[in-house]
Amino acid sequence: MKRRLSIFLGCLLVVANIGAYASPEDDRKALLKHYKQILPNVKQADYVLGALALNPDAKEQYDSIMMFPPFVNDVDVGRELWEKPFKNGKTFTSCFRNGGKNVAGSYPYFDNGVGKVITFENALNACLRHNDEAELKYGSNELGLLSAYAKSLSDGMKVNIKVEGKDALAAYENGKDYYYSRRGQLNFSCAICHVDNAGKFTRSEQLSPMIGQAAHWPEFRAGTELVTLQGRFRQCQKNVRAAPLEYNSEEYNNLEYFMTYMSKGLPMQTPVFRK
Amino acid sequence: MKNKSSILTVLAVVLAASAGPVMAADDGKGKELSGRDIAFDNKKGNCLSCHAVPNDPKAVAAGNIAPPFIMMKERYPDRAKLRAQIWDSTQANPKTAMPPFGKHRILSEQEIDLVVDFVQSL
Ligand code: HEC
Repeated sequence: MKRRLSIFLGCLLVVANIGAYASPEDDRKALLKHYKQILPNVKQADYVLGALALNPDAKEQYDSIMMFPPFVNDVDVGRELWEKPFKNGKTFTSCFRNGGKNVAGSYPYFDNGVGKVITFENALNACLRHNDEAELKYGSNELGLLSAYAKSLSDGMKVNIKVEGKDALAAYENGKDYYYSRRGQLNFSCAICHVDNAGKFTRSEQLSPMIGQAAHWPEFRAGTELVTLQGRFRQCQKNVRAAPLEYNSEEYNNLEYFMTYMSKGLPMQTPVFRK
Repeated sequence: MKNKSSILTVLAVVLAASAGPVMAADDGKGKELSGRDIAFDNKKGNCLSCHAVPNDPKAVAAGNIAPPFIMMKERYPDRAKLRAQIWDSTQANPKTAMPPFGKHRILSEQEIDLVVDFVQSL
Protein backbone atom coordinates (compact mmCIF):
# COMPACT_ATOMS: atom_id res chain seq x y z
CA MET A 1 0.00 0.00 0.00
CA LYS A 2 2.74 2.35 1.01
CA ARG A 3 4.70 1.48 -2.10
CA ARG A 4 1.67 2.06 -4.27
CA LEU A 5 1.13 5.46 -2.77
CA SER A 6 4.70 6.51 -3.40
CA ILE A 7 4.51 5.34 -7.01
CA PHE A 8 1.34 7.36 -7.34
CA LEU A 9 3.02 10.42 -5.82
CA GLY A 10 6.02 9.89 -8.08
CA CYS A 11 3.77 9.95 -11.11
CA LEU A 12 2.14 13.12 -9.90
CA LEU A 13 5.55 14.77 -9.56
CA VAL A 14 6.52 13.80 -13.10
CA VAL A 15 3.30 15.24 -14.43
CA ALA A 16 3.81 18.44 -12.46
CA ASN A 17 7.33 18.79 -13.84
CA ILE A 18 6.23 18.38 -17.42
CA GLY A 19 3.59 21.01 -16.82
CA ALA A 20 6.10 23.51 -15.44
CA TYR A 21 8.77 23.13 -18.09
CA ALA A 22 8.14 24.65 -21.50
CA SER A 23 10.75 23.87 -24.14
CA PRO A 24 11.67 26.50 -26.74
CA GLU A 25 9.54 24.53 -29.18
CA ASP A 26 6.57 24.69 -26.76
CA ASP A 27 7.10 28.44 -26.44
CA ARG A 28 7.16 28.90 -30.20
CA LYS A 29 4.02 26.84 -30.74
CA ALA A 30 2.15 28.65 -27.97
CA LEU A 31 3.10 32.00 -29.47
CA LEU A 32 2.05 30.93 -32.96
CA LYS A 33 -1.29 29.87 -31.55
CA HIS A 34 -1.70 33.21 -29.82
CA TYR A 35 -1.03 35.16 -33.04
CA LYS A 36 -3.36 32.92 -35.05
CA GLN A 37 -6.05 33.86 -32.55
CA ILE A 38 -5.53 37.62 -32.50
CA LEU A 39 -4.45 38.01 -36.17
CA PRO A 40 -6.52 35.30 -37.90
CA ASN A 41 -6.09 36.80 -41.37
CA VAL A 42 -2.30 36.92 -41.42
CA LYS A 43 -0.48 33.96 -42.96
CA GLN A 44 2.40 32.60 -40.92
CA ALA A 45 4.91 33.17 -43.76
CA ASP A 46 3.91 36.85 -43.81
CA TYR A 47 4.97 37.51 -40.21
CA VAL A 48 8.40 38.45 -41.62
CA LEU A 49 6.71 41.48 -43.19
CA GLY A 50 5.92 42.81 -39.72
CA ALA A 51 3.37 45.61 -39.65
CA LEU A 52 3.21 45.54 -43.47
CA ALA A 53 1.39 42.21 -43.27
CA LEU A 54 -1.41 44.02 -41.43
CA ASN A 55 -1.89 46.84 -43.93
CA PRO A 56 -2.46 46.02 -47.64
CA ASP A 57 -1.89 49.62 -48.77
CA ALA A 58 1.45 49.87 -47.00
CA LYS A 59 2.41 46.45 -48.36
CA GLU A 60 1.64 47.56 -51.92
CA GLN A 61 3.79 50.64 -51.46
CA TYR A 62 6.56 48.47 -50.04
CA ASP A 63 6.42 46.08 -53.00
CA SER A 64 6.85 48.91 -55.48
CA ILE A 65 9.75 50.39 -53.49
CA MET A 66 11.47 47.00 -53.30
CA MET A 67 11.45 46.70 -57.10
CA PHE A 68 14.16 49.37 -57.17
CA PRO A 69 15.41 49.45 -53.58
CA PRO A 70 16.75 52.88 -52.66
CA PHE A 71 19.52 51.24 -50.63
CA VAL A 72 21.35 49.39 -53.46
CA ASN A 73 24.33 51.72 -53.24
CA ASP A 74 24.58 51.20 -49.49
CA VAL A 75 24.55 47.44 -49.88
CA ASP A 76 27.23 47.88 -52.54
CA VAL A 77 29.47 49.53 -49.96
CA GLY A 78 28.93 46.40 -47.86
CA ARG A 79 29.81 44.21 -50.84
CA GLU A 80 33.10 46.06 -51.31
CA LEU A 81 33.94 45.45 -47.64
CA TRP A 82 33.06 41.77 -48.03
CA GLU A 83 35.14 41.29 -51.18
CA LYS A 84 38.18 43.37 -50.22
CA PRO A 85 41.11 40.99 -49.56
CA PHE A 86 42.68 40.98 -46.09
CA LYS A 87 46.39 41.71 -45.79
CA ASN A 88 46.99 37.94 -46.01
CA GLY A 89 45.09 37.77 -49.30
CA LYS A 90 42.07 35.90 -47.95
CA THR A 91 38.52 37.32 -47.83
CA PHE A 92 35.43 36.85 -45.68
CA THR A 93 34.34 33.95 -47.86
CA SER A 94 37.15 31.88 -46.32
CA CYS A 95 35.46 32.02 -42.90
CA PHE A 96 32.01 30.77 -43.88
CA ARG A 97 30.62 27.58 -45.29
CA ASN A 98 29.56 27.76 -48.90
CA GLY A 99 31.36 31.07 -49.41
CA GLY A 100 28.85 32.69 -47.08
CA LYS A 101 25.75 31.76 -49.06
CA ASN A 102 22.74 30.55 -47.06
CA VAL A 103 24.50 30.62 -43.72
CA ALA A 104 23.08 33.63 -41.85
CA GLY A 105 19.83 31.86 -40.97
CA SER A 106 21.76 29.64 -38.55
CA TYR A 107 22.78 32.67 -36.43
CA PRO A 108 22.76 33.35 -33.56
CA TYR A 109 23.95 30.00 -32.29
CA PHE A 110 25.20 28.98 -28.88
CA ASP A 111 28.93 28.19 -28.77
CA ASN A 112 29.61 25.72 -25.97
CA GLY A 113 33.35 26.38 -26.20
CA VAL A 114 33.11 30.03 -25.23
CA GLY A 115 29.82 29.53 -23.38
CA LYS A 116 28.09 32.38 -25.22
CA VAL A 117 25.65 33.23 -27.95
CA ILE A 118 27.43 34.06 -31.21
CA THR A 119 25.60 36.49 -33.48
CA PHE A 120 26.26 36.88 -37.19
CA GLU A 121 28.07 40.16 -36.46
CA ASN A 122 30.26 38.27 -33.96
CA ALA A 123 31.15 35.79 -36.71
CA LEU A 124 32.08 38.63 -39.09
CA ASN A 125 34.34 40.14 -36.46
CA ALA A 126 35.82 36.74 -35.56
CA CYS A 127 36.78 36.39 -39.22
CA LEU A 128 38.59 39.73 -39.11
CA ARG A 129 40.33 38.72 -35.87
CA HIS A 130 41.49 35.34 -37.20
CA ASN A 131 43.00 37.09 -40.17
CA ASP A 132 44.83 39.70 -38.08
CA GLU A 133 42.55 42.50 -39.16
CA ALA A 134 41.00 45.13 -36.91
CA GLU A 135 37.46 44.30 -35.77
CA LEU A 136 34.58 46.62 -36.63
CA LYS A 137 32.73 48.46 -33.92
CA TYR A 138 29.36 47.05 -32.92
CA GLY A 139 26.62 49.48 -33.87
CA SER A 140 28.82 51.12 -36.50
CA ASN A 141 27.51 51.82 -39.97
CA GLU A 142 30.44 49.90 -41.43
CA LEU A 143 29.58 46.64 -39.65
CA GLY A 144 25.90 47.23 -40.43
CA LEU A 145 26.58 47.65 -44.16
CA LEU A 146 28.89 44.63 -44.22
CA SER A 147 26.18 42.56 -42.52
CA ALA A 148 23.58 43.90 -44.98
CA TYR A 149 25.55 42.53 -47.92
CA ALA A 150 26.63 39.33 -46.16
CA LYS A 151 23.05 38.60 -45.10
CA SER A 152 21.74 39.35 -48.59
CA LEU A 153 23.59 36.16 -49.57
CA SER A 154 21.13 34.33 -47.30
CA ASP A 155 17.99 36.06 -48.56
CA GLY A 156 15.21 33.47 -48.54
CA MET A 157 17.07 31.00 -46.28
CA LYS A 158 14.85 29.55 -43.61
CA VAL A 159 15.70 30.59 -40.06
CA ASN A 160 17.25 27.53 -38.47
CA ILE A 161 18.15 28.12 -34.83
CA LYS A 162 19.07 25.39 -32.39
CA VAL A 163 18.85 25.44 -28.63
CA GLU A 164 20.68 22.34 -27.46
CA GLY A 165 22.17 21.67 -24.06
CA LYS A 166 21.86 23.22 -20.63
CA ASP A 167 23.91 26.34 -21.26
CA ALA A 168 22.24 27.13 -24.58
CA LEU A 169 18.89 26.77 -22.87
CA ALA A 170 20.00 29.11 -20.07
CA ALA A 171 20.94 31.78 -22.64
CA TYR A 172 17.59 31.31 -24.38
CA GLU A 173 15.72 31.58 -21.07
CA ASN A 174 17.68 34.70 -20.20
CA GLY A 175 16.62 36.32 -23.49
CA LYS A 176 13.04 35.25 -22.88
CA ASP A 177 13.03 36.75 -19.38
CA TYR A 178 14.33 40.00 -20.79
CA TYR A 179 11.55 40.02 -23.36
CA TYR A 180 8.79 39.51 -20.83
CA SER A 181 10.10 41.79 -18.04
CA ARG A 182 8.80 45.28 -17.49
CA ARG A 183 11.33 48.06 -17.26
CA GLY A 184 11.80 51.77 -17.65
CA GLN A 185 9.74 54.68 -16.40
CA LEU A 186 6.80 53.71 -18.59
CA ASN A 187 6.93 50.15 -17.23
CA PHE A 188 6.57 48.22 -20.49
CA SER A 189 7.87 44.80 -21.42
CA CYS A 190 8.52 44.07 -25.07
CA ALA A 191 5.72 41.52 -24.89
CA ILE A 192 3.05 44.03 -23.84
CA CYS A 193 3.37 45.73 -27.22
CA HIS A 194 4.44 42.96 -29.58
CA VAL A 195 2.64 39.96 -28.02
CA ASP A 196 -0.43 41.18 -26.12
CA ASN A 197 -1.23 44.09 -28.43
CA ALA A 198 0.07 42.97 -31.84
CA GLY A 199 -2.14 44.39 -34.57
CA LYS A 200 -3.31 47.29 -32.42
CA PHE A 201 -2.26 50.88 -32.93
CA THR A 202 -0.11 53.08 -30.76
CA ARG A 203 -0.83 56.51 -32.23
CA SER A 204 -0.74 55.75 -35.96
CA GLU A 205 1.80 52.92 -35.73
CA GLN A 206 0.48 49.38 -35.95
CA LEU A 207 2.29 46.90 -33.74
CA SER A 208 3.93 43.95 -35.48
CA PRO A 209 3.92 40.44 -34.00
CA MET A 210 7.24 39.26 -32.57
CA ILE A 211 7.40 36.11 -34.69
CA GLY A 212 9.14 37.15 -37.92
CA GLN A 213 10.68 40.27 -36.40
CA ALA A 214 14.21 38.87 -36.21
CA ALA A 215 14.30 37.55 -39.80
CA HIS A 216 14.75 40.68 -41.94
CA TRP A 217 17.79 42.63 -40.78
CA PRO A 218 19.30 45.04 -41.22
CA GLU A 219 16.60 47.32 -42.58
CA PHE A 220 16.92 50.64 -44.33
CA ARG A 221 14.45 53.13 -42.96
CA ALA A 222 13.20 55.97 -45.09
CA GLY A 223 15.30 54.46 -47.88
CA THR A 224 18.89 54.63 -46.73
CA GLU A 225 19.04 54.96 -42.94
CA LEU A 226 20.56 51.68 -41.76
CA VAL A 227 19.05 50.13 -38.61
CA THR A 228 20.21 46.82 -37.20
CA LEU A 229 18.08 44.51 -35.07
CA GLN A 230 19.88 45.57 -31.91
CA GLY A 231 19.58 49.19 -33.01
CA ARG A 232 15.83 48.63 -33.10
CA PHE A 233 15.92 47.12 -29.58
CA ARG A 234 17.54 50.37 -28.47
CA GLN A 235 14.92 52.53 -30.16
CA CYS A 236 12.06 50.62 -28.59
CA GLN A 237 13.70 50.89 -25.19
CA LYS A 238 14.23 54.64 -25.54
CA ASN A 239 10.59 55.02 -26.57
CA VAL A 240 9.46 53.55 -23.26
CA ARG A 241 12.12 55.52 -21.34
CA ALA A 242 14.12 52.44 -20.43
CA ALA A 243 17.92 52.57 -20.52
CA PRO A 244 19.04 50.98 -23.80
CA LEU A 245 21.85 48.44 -23.49
CA GLU A 246 25.12 48.42 -25.42
CA TYR A 247 25.28 46.80 -28.84
CA ASN A 248 26.57 43.25 -28.53
CA SER A 249 25.89 43.11 -24.78
CA GLU A 250 25.27 39.61 -23.50
CA GLU A 251 21.62 40.46 -22.71
CA TYR A 252 20.94 41.78 -26.22
CA ASN A 253 22.65 38.77 -27.79
CA ASN A 254 20.55 36.43 -25.65
CA LEU A 255 17.43 38.42 -26.54
CA GLU A 256 18.33 38.13 -30.22
CA TYR A 257 18.85 34.36 -29.75
CA PHE A 258 15.41 33.96 -28.15
CA MET A 259 13.65 36.16 -30.72
CA THR A 260 15.33 34.51 -33.70
CA TYR A 261 14.34 31.08 -32.40
CA MET A 262 10.74 32.28 -32.43
CA SER A 263 11.11 33.01 -36.17
CA LYS A 264 12.35 29.47 -36.85
CA GLY A 265 11.28 28.07 -40.21
CA LEU A 266 10.43 31.45 -41.74
CA PRO A 267 12.30 32.55 -44.87
CA MET A 268 14.64 35.48 -44.24
CA GLN A 269 14.17 38.74 -46.12
CA THR A 270 17.51 40.52 -46.11
CA PRO A 271 17.83 43.42 -46.34
CA VAL A 272 14.54 45.31 -46.53
CA PHE A 273 13.04 48.77 -46.72
CA ARG A 274 10.95 50.16 -43.87
CA LYS A 275 9.22 53.52 -43.54
CA MET B 1 -32.41 82.36 -34.59
CA LYS B 2 -30.90 80.84 -31.50
CA ASN B 3 -29.11 78.34 -33.72
CA LYS B 4 -27.75 81.06 -35.93
CA SER B 5 -26.27 83.01 -33.11
CA SER B 6 -24.56 79.99 -31.69
CA ILE B 7 -23.01 79.27 -35.07
CA LEU B 8 -21.78 82.85 -35.08
CA THR B 9 -20.29 82.41 -31.64
CA VAL B 10 -18.48 79.28 -32.77
CA LEU B 11 -17.20 81.11 -35.83
CA ALA B 12 -15.96 83.98 -33.73
CA VAL B 13 -14.12 81.61 -31.42
CA VAL B 14 -12.55 79.73 -34.31
CA LEU B 15 -11.46 82.98 -35.96
CA ALA B 16 -10.05 84.31 -32.75
CA ALA B 17 -8.16 81.08 -32.17
CA SER B 18 -6.61 81.23 -35.63
CA ALA B 19 -5.80 84.95 -35.33
CA GLY B 20 -2.18 84.08 -34.75
CA PRO B 21 0.69 85.09 -32.53
CA VAL B 22 -1.23 87.42 -30.22
CA MET B 23 -3.18 84.49 -28.88
CA ALA B 24 -1.60 82.12 -26.42
CA ALA B 25 -0.08 79.30 -28.42
CA ASP B 26 -2.04 76.08 -28.29
CA ASP B 27 1.02 74.08 -27.28
CA GLY B 28 0.60 75.50 -23.82
CA LYS B 29 3.97 77.29 -23.64
CA GLY B 30 3.88 80.39 -21.51
CA LYS B 31 0.65 79.49 -19.74
CA GLU B 32 -0.49 76.94 -17.24
CA LEU B 33 -1.00 73.55 -18.83
CA SER B 34 -4.59 72.36 -18.67
CA GLY B 35 -5.56 68.77 -17.97
CA ARG B 36 -6.27 68.39 -21.65
CA ASP B 37 -2.83 69.78 -22.59
CA ILE B 38 -1.15 67.34 -20.24
CA ALA B 39 -3.25 64.42 -21.46
CA PHE B 40 -2.48 65.11 -25.14
CA ASP B 41 1.19 66.13 -24.87
CA ASN B 42 3.33 63.18 -25.96
CA LYS B 43 6.05 64.15 -23.47
CA LYS B 44 3.52 64.21 -20.62
CA GLY B 45 0.44 62.01 -20.42
CA ASN B 46 0.49 60.92 -24.05
CA CYS B 47 -2.92 59.30 -23.43
CA LEU B 48 -3.65 59.36 -27.19
CA SER B 49 -0.94 56.83 -27.71
CA CYS B 50 -3.42 54.20 -26.52
CA HIS B 51 -6.83 55.87 -25.98
CA ALA B 52 -9.08 57.57 -28.50
CA VAL B 53 -11.10 60.63 -27.46
CA PRO B 54 -14.02 60.41 -29.90
CA ASN B 55 -15.64 63.70 -28.89
CA ASP B 56 -12.54 65.85 -29.20
CA PRO B 57 -11.66 66.88 -32.77
CA LYS B 58 -8.09 67.66 -31.70
CA ALA B 59 -7.54 64.07 -30.62
CA VAL B 60 -6.23 62.83 -33.97
CA ALA B 61 -4.08 59.78 -34.73
CA ALA B 62 -5.03 58.12 -31.47
CA GLY B 63 -4.19 54.50 -30.71
CA ASN B 64 -6.56 51.68 -29.84
CA ILE B 65 -4.62 49.65 -27.29
CA ALA B 66 -6.94 50.78 -24.50
CA PRO B 67 -10.64 51.76 -24.33
CA PRO B 68 -11.71 55.15 -25.73
CA PHE B 69 -12.52 57.97 -23.32
CA ILE B 70 -16.30 58.16 -23.45
CA MET B 71 -18.92 58.30 -20.70
CA MET B 72 -16.18 58.48 -18.15
CA LYS B 73 -18.44 59.86 -15.40
CA GLU B 74 -20.65 56.81 -15.80
CA ARG B 75 -17.76 54.41 -15.95
CA TYR B 76 -15.93 56.05 -13.04
CA PRO B 77 -18.47 57.75 -10.78
CA ASP B 78 -15.88 57.54 -8.02
CA ARG B 79 -13.16 60.11 -8.72
CA ALA B 80 -10.74 58.42 -6.33
CA LYS B 81 -11.01 55.21 -8.29
CA LEU B 82 -10.22 56.94 -11.57
CA ARG B 83 -7.29 58.71 -9.93
CA ALA B 84 -5.97 55.42 -8.56
CA GLN B 85 -6.23 53.90 -12.02
CA ILE B 86 -4.05 56.66 -13.46
CA TRP B 87 -1.65 56.72 -10.49
CA ASP B 88 -0.86 52.99 -10.73
CA SER B 89 -3.16 50.80 -12.74
CA THR B 90 -1.09 47.67 -12.07
CA GLN B 91 -2.81 47.62 -8.65
CA ALA B 92 -6.15 46.75 -10.23
CA ASN B 93 -4.66 44.64 -13.05
CA PRO B 94 -1.07 43.39 -12.83
CA LYS B 95 -1.02 42.68 -16.58
CA THR B 96 -2.14 46.14 -17.67
CA ALA B 97 -0.28 47.98 -20.44
CA MET B 98 -0.93 51.31 -18.74
CA PRO B 99 2.10 53.15 -17.31
CA PRO B 100 1.92 53.97 -13.58
CA PHE B 101 1.84 57.75 -13.94
CA GLY B 102 2.00 58.55 -10.24
CA LYS B 103 4.08 55.70 -8.89
CA HIS B 104 6.80 56.22 -11.52
CA ARG B 105 6.52 60.02 -11.34
CA ILE B 106 5.72 60.34 -15.01
CA LEU B 107 3.36 63.15 -13.98
CA SER B 108 3.30 65.21 -10.79
CA GLU B 109 0.44 64.82 -8.29
CA GLN B 110 -1.02 68.19 -9.45
CA GLU B 111 -0.77 67.17 -13.09
CA ILE B 112 -2.57 63.93 -12.30
CA ASP B 113 -5.38 65.87 -10.59
CA LEU B 114 -5.83 68.02 -13.69
CA VAL B 115 -5.84 64.98 -15.96
CA VAL B 116 -8.38 63.21 -13.74
CA ASP B 117 -10.73 66.22 -14.01
CA PHE B 118 -10.29 66.33 -17.76
CA VAL B 119 -10.84 62.61 -18.28
CA GLN B 120 -13.85 62.59 -15.99
CA SER B 121 -15.41 65.36 -18.08
CA LEU B 122 -15.38 63.21 -21.22
C1 HEC C 1 5.20 50.82 -26.33
C2 HEC C 1 5.19 49.76 -27.28
C3 HEC C 1 6.50 49.05 -27.62
C4 HEC C 1 7.33 48.38 -26.75
C5 HEC C 1 7.21 48.25 -25.25
C6 HEC C 1 8.35 47.79 -27.57
N1 HEC C 1 8.16 48.11 -28.87
FE1 HEC C 1 9.17 47.35 -30.45
N2 HEC C 1 8.08 48.49 -31.71
C7 HEC C 1 7.06 49.33 -31.35
C8 HEC C 1 6.56 50.03 -32.52
C9 HEC C 1 5.45 51.06 -32.53
C10 HEC C 1 7.32 49.56 -33.61
C11 HEC C 1 7.18 49.96 -35.09
C12 HEC C 1 5.98 49.25 -35.68
C13 HEC C 1 6.24 47.78 -35.76
O1 HEC C 1 6.91 47.32 -36.69
O2 HEC C 1 5.80 47.04 -34.84
C14 HEC C 1 8.25 48.57 -33.06
C15 HEC C 1 9.13 47.85 -33.85
C16 HEC C 1 9.95 46.85 -33.35
C17 HEC C 1 10.78 46.01 -34.17
C18 HEC C 1 10.87 46.05 -35.68
C19 HEC C 1 9.75 45.30 -36.29
C20 HEC C 1 9.89 45.14 -37.77
O3 HEC C 1 9.43 44.11 -38.25
O4 HEC C 1 10.45 46.01 -38.44
C21 HEC C 1 11.44 45.16 -33.32
C22 HEC C 1 12.44 44.10 -33.71
C23 HEC C 1 11.03 45.49 -31.98
N3 HEC C 1 10.12 46.51 -32.03
C24 HEC C 1 11.49 44.87 -30.84
C25 HEC C 1 11.17 45.26 -29.54
C26 HEC C 1 11.80 44.73 -28.35
C27 HEC C 1 12.88 43.66 -28.33
C28 HEC C 1 11.23 45.36 -27.31
C29 HEC C 1 11.60 45.25 -25.84
C30 HEC C 1 12.96 45.58 -25.49
C31 HEC C 1 10.22 46.26 -27.83
N4 HEC C 1 10.23 46.18 -29.19
C32 HEC C 1 9.38 47.03 -27.06
C33 HEC C 1 6.54 49.48 -30.09
C34 HEC C 1 7.06 48.89 -28.94
